[in-house]
Amino acid sequence: MTRRRPGFLTGLWLNPAGRAGCVLVGLVVVGGLLAAVGATPYNAQLQNPLTTLKGPSLGHPFGTDQFGRDLLSLVLEGLWVSLKIAFLAVAIAGVAGTLAGIIAGYLGRWTSALIMRVTDMLFAIPAILLALAIVTALGPGALDSALAIGVGYVPIFVRVVRGPVLSLRTAGYVQAGRVLGFSSTRLLFRHILPNVAGTVAVQASLALAWSVLAEASLSFLGLGPPPPTASLGEMVSQSSSLASQAWWTLAAPSVAIVVAVIGFNFLGDGLRDVFDPRSRTALAA
Amino acid sequence: MTGAVAGPRARGEALLEMRSVRVGFRERRHEHEIVRGVDLLVRAGEKLGIVGESGSGKTLTVLSVLRLLPGRLQLLSGRVSFAGQDLTQLHEKQLRQVRGAQVAMVYQDPMTSLNPLLRIRSQVVETLRAHGAGRDEAHLRCREVLYQVGLPDPERVERSFPHELSGGMQQRVMIAIALSVSPRLLIADEPTTALDVTVQQQILELVEGLQERTGMAVVWVTHDLGVVARTVDEVAVMYAGRVVELAPTRRLFARPSHPYTAALLGALPSAGAGHRRPLTQIGGTPPDPARLGSGCPFRARCRHAVARCEEDEPGLVDRGESSFAACWRAPEEWAG
Repeated sequence: MTRRRPGFLTGLWLNPAGRAGCVLVGLVVVGGLLAAVGATPYNAQLQNPLTTLKGPSLGHPFGTDQFGRDLLSLVLEGLWVSLKIAFLAVAIAGVAGTLAGIIAGYLGRWTSALIMRVTDMLFAIPAILLALAIVTALGPGALDSALAIGVGYVPIFVRVVRGPVLSLRTAGYVQAGRVLGFSSTRLLFRHILPNVAGTVAVQASLALAWSVLAEASLSFLGLGPPPPTASLGEMVSQSSSLASQAWWTLAAPSVAIVVAVIGFNFLGDGLRDVFDPRSRTALAA
Repeated sequence: MTGAVAGPRARGEALLEMRSVRVGFRERRHEHEIVRGVDLLVRAGEKLGIVGESGSGKTLTVLSVLRLLPGRLQLLSGRVSFAGQDLTQLHEKQLRQVRGAQVAMVYQDPMTSLNPLLRIRSQVVETLRAHGAGRDEAHLRCREVLYQVGLPDPERVERSFPHELSGGMQQRVMIAIALSVSPRLLIADEPTTALDVTVQQQILELVEGLQERTGMAVVWVTHDLGVVARTVDEVAVMYAGRVVELAPTRRLFARPSHPYTAALLGALPSAGAGHRRPLTQIGGTPPDPARLGSGCPFRARCRHAVARCEEDEPGLVDRGESSFAACWRAPEEWAG
């Protein structure tokens, strides 16, 4: 038994985009986790009239805002909220979309047609508009935001999953399974699902990037979780009037958003290269 | 789960019975037939060969047994019963218990028939578990069947992924999977076409040996008369969706009763050193199933066709020695 193929994580690390993604996402996730366990440098909500609008310094690497709050701590807290919502949104979209996609690809014409038409309808509406509508209807809680963002990304998973399932349905070993008396459930979840797992992972990573952005947009528009919950989008919106005097108040949350979005995008690219056997051979050469 | 069954099971009992089976698709209340009424009988422990060229409907005929027809194709009419049970009336769930457990299939392309993501062991074990075996029992049986199909080092094979095995080994694994649940009927749909000649020979011998040991019935589907010559008791020759000749193997090779069979035999190279006769070929191409019209479908390629062949399609006629042929003319009229 030869084992020339590098392991999954090694492969990801050997890929430039994958490595960049790992580093950036790692940075963002660790930062978010720091906020989650309360290990931020300062209490993010602590106002200090003596340190209002101070530029970056050793004590406050990202500077302070108009209430004298430490921006680094605020950004980390905002990141945590963003990540929570983004992960939840992608989980919702991923699970619902993958299931719908598998069913659409595997079952007969009518079910498939129905699912695909609903998907098309969802696709026709811009995700952010859909999220706006849902969040106004449901209210601005974290779970509601996640749901609002998630629904918009369901169609992408449906499409991405349905294609491969369509071809796998007639794959030799799926047919063989049917001949051996396997139930459809068994064929779907044990023989077809693992084959689309890579595609789903890539899509999930990309969707995470979009979700972070979507969450920031919603809170920028004032539809995010209500204060005092820190939120990157809200920080951007509040600092836009201050930007001319205190650029760091705009820069800090923006950089956090950009790092998260680029990180997840790179990670997605890296994952795609690792899961795609054609690029794998290129890597081995 | 039985291991090695002592001696073949009693012969004679009808196992698989197909009565006027028609397969095709419906389009706006119009029926397009591809298999146009096939009757076959396989008794327990018997070996039947179904021979025909591509498009003769041989594969569709056997697929219709387990209702595994692809796409829009369906059983238009007819009866398929297995061990007295009418398979056409079964629900999907009941049918699943017949598939694999009672009737197993091995087919052409072993390379695509194994899941590339799963180790051989999990694929064999999964089949057994799907048919109700316990975990330990399934693992034991897995080792046992891999050994039975003559795989060298079954322990290593168990741990392998499909791509680590050769085509012949993969086909052996497929056969092991098919046999693991001790089916009463094995349908082998050209299991050797994708393999090279020496491996082909080994697989034939393997199935033959297993058949003798377990006493299961075997249906060989093939386009290779050479394969059936040595493996089956009885041969059904199919042409354009019908059985045109049904005869015991020896009789079929000695005295074919249908001009098509005779032509096929003429195209078979013989290893005998003495007679060097040129191979004959059958002129023309098989008819388009959509444009058969009336009359014998083989008439255009038949050297012995008479006026009647243009008008009516012949049914199977008894030609003696349990041989039946769908030809208006008796073999005495054209043979020799």
